[in-house]
Amino acid sequence: MSDDKTDKYRRVAYYPGCALEGTGHAYNRSTRQVGKALGLDLVEVSDWNCCGAMEVKNIDPKIQTYLSSRVMSIAANRMGMDVVMAPCNGCYHNLKKAEYDLAHDPASAEVVGRLSAKAGHDAYRAGQVETIHALDWIKAAIGEEGLRQRVRNGLKGLRVANYYGCMYTRPRHIFPEKDAGPGSESTFEPHFMDDLLAAAGALNVEFPLKTACCGGAHTLSDSDTSTKLVLNILRAAETAGAEVIATECPTCHSGLEMHQIRADRKFGHKTQVKIIYFTQLLGLALGLTARQLGLHENVSDSLELLAAKGLT
Amino acid sequence: MPIHEKSLIRPEDLKTHEQLVVEGVDVSGHWSTFIQTRVIADYNEALEEEVAALPGAEHIHRCWQCGSCTNACTVNALNPDFNPRFWIYLVRLGMQSELLRDKDIIWQCVSCNKCTYACPRDVNPEGVMKALSHWLELKGHTPKSPSMIFDEEFSEQVIRRGRIEEGRLIQRFFKRTGQTLNQEWLVEMVRRLLRHLPLALLARLGLARLLAPRSRGWAAARAAIQDYVGAQQARQRRALGLGERLETGAADAADTTQH
Repeated sequence: MSDDKTDKYRRVAYYPGCALEGTGHAYNRSTRQVGKALGLDLVEVSDWNCCGAMEVKNIDPKIQTYLSSRVMSIAANRMGMDVVMAPCNGCYHNLKKAEYDLAHDPASAEVVGRLSAKAGHDAYRAGQVETIHALDWIKAAIGEEGLRQRVRNGLKGLRVANYYGCMYTRPRHIFPEKDAGPGSESTFEPHFMDDLLAAAGALNVEFPLKTACCGGAHTLSDSDTSTKLVLNILRAAETAGAEVIATECPTCHSGLEMHQIRADRKFGHKTQVKIIYFTQLLGLALGLTARQLGLHENVSDSLELLAAKGLT
Repeated sequence: MPIHEKSLIRPEDLKTHEQLVVEGVDVSGHWSTFIQTRVIADYNEALEEEVAALPGAEHIHRCWQCGSCTNACTVNALNPDFNPRFWIYLVRLGMQSELLRDKDIIWQCVSCNKCTYACPRDVNPEGVMKALSHWLELKGHTPKSPSMIFDEEFSEQVIRRGRIEEGRLIQRFFKRTGQTLNQEWLVEMVRRLLRHLPLALLARLGLARLLAPRSRGWAAARAAIQDYVGAQQARQRRALGLGERLETGAADAADTTQH
């Protein structure tokens, strides 16, 4: 990562999104705490709206583009920021997709321009901000070496399967900065979370389902399918020897937690692996407490395991 | 375009004879398998055009049937009948009756975008799956899928207030799909959630449930979005040869499928 990013990412516009105000509250909390501990500045996007998630595009894709563009427009035109950081894969994906569509599809740009004028704000123009994920943020602003220097209570070889899900890498064309040579993220085999957690002292297991789908889009509308997909991920992680699955998306995280219980209660398939946000793991390594990081808010109860490992 | 005729052969069209001797040669069992002659008389020549008029399927014509989408598909791994390549083929040929045999599973696409990642022709098969299930619903071939009901509830909240509140969304969705919240796994999840939760957070979640979060200054954006969605839906209905939109909330509720 170049030095200009190191400086550029030290102060970013923060777009938490709807899930982080609800079921993903622990992710919100731990992201803010880790930012604080690392001396990074998060400025929340004022009056942000939902990005459209996985749902609005099925009513109309251009409305989703408009919703995402409004968030970027506020960050750029009202707040004067040039980087938007979204920890939620869904938000991150949709902002990236809007960015791509506005740069390459005149029809999308026309609709966004028209709706923004009617809604009374400046239209977002492609290139005004750079949207990044929480992983990019820490990786570029602090880096593995910086993290290693700041670790106070290393993860002591905690065996972790890193789960990235779908929206962080697919489809490839909306992430032009990925697959761009040494140092860049890979859409085929992402490694930013692996890199950060290894620097924090975790032992990353060989996990083949990093970018498998948890069925998050149909977690309630086709629950049996989601349960099968999640069970597959949980079992693969356990087979790989993981004690913990690290997540970087609130939908994946709550999907894994919910269907772990559902697989057990409805189909009698019990799994033990714990599900923890990567920011919570980083926070522990930085010496923050379980409570500060919202570990007690997780449905998947990892407190005992972490205590036994001497991590809390 | 390569033709995967195998997918079109149905077990009921296979004719075999346990005992068959033709001109002194024993061709019993396997050797006497014939495929019933098939006559297709209901090509829908407008099918591809109709589907392509719905958002997501604009590039269906680019498909050259390589099968990368089906090969990469998450749902296909669970159910081999879920076959995006085959459905794109049927739509392009206008083989509507063949397509309708699979009408009840097409909505199950989980939008993981593995197909879109793998597609060498930028067909956007994920978008085609969404357009197809939308087409099936608009044409009245299927009731609204649970997924569409969820999307509608979600979008309605976003358009109305700019943000969603998950508790309200889940409650409304379960109600519209006729499911009870009193399911063992759901109760167990809430129980585990409450085990360590501090009172302050509970109070905050309860407050969000009552007040419903909203973006400030949203009214103008709401009006702009509603205008646009209304115009788009009217355009789509015209493209599919349907009358102007008549749907009401009551009609939607009657459409609800039970799962």
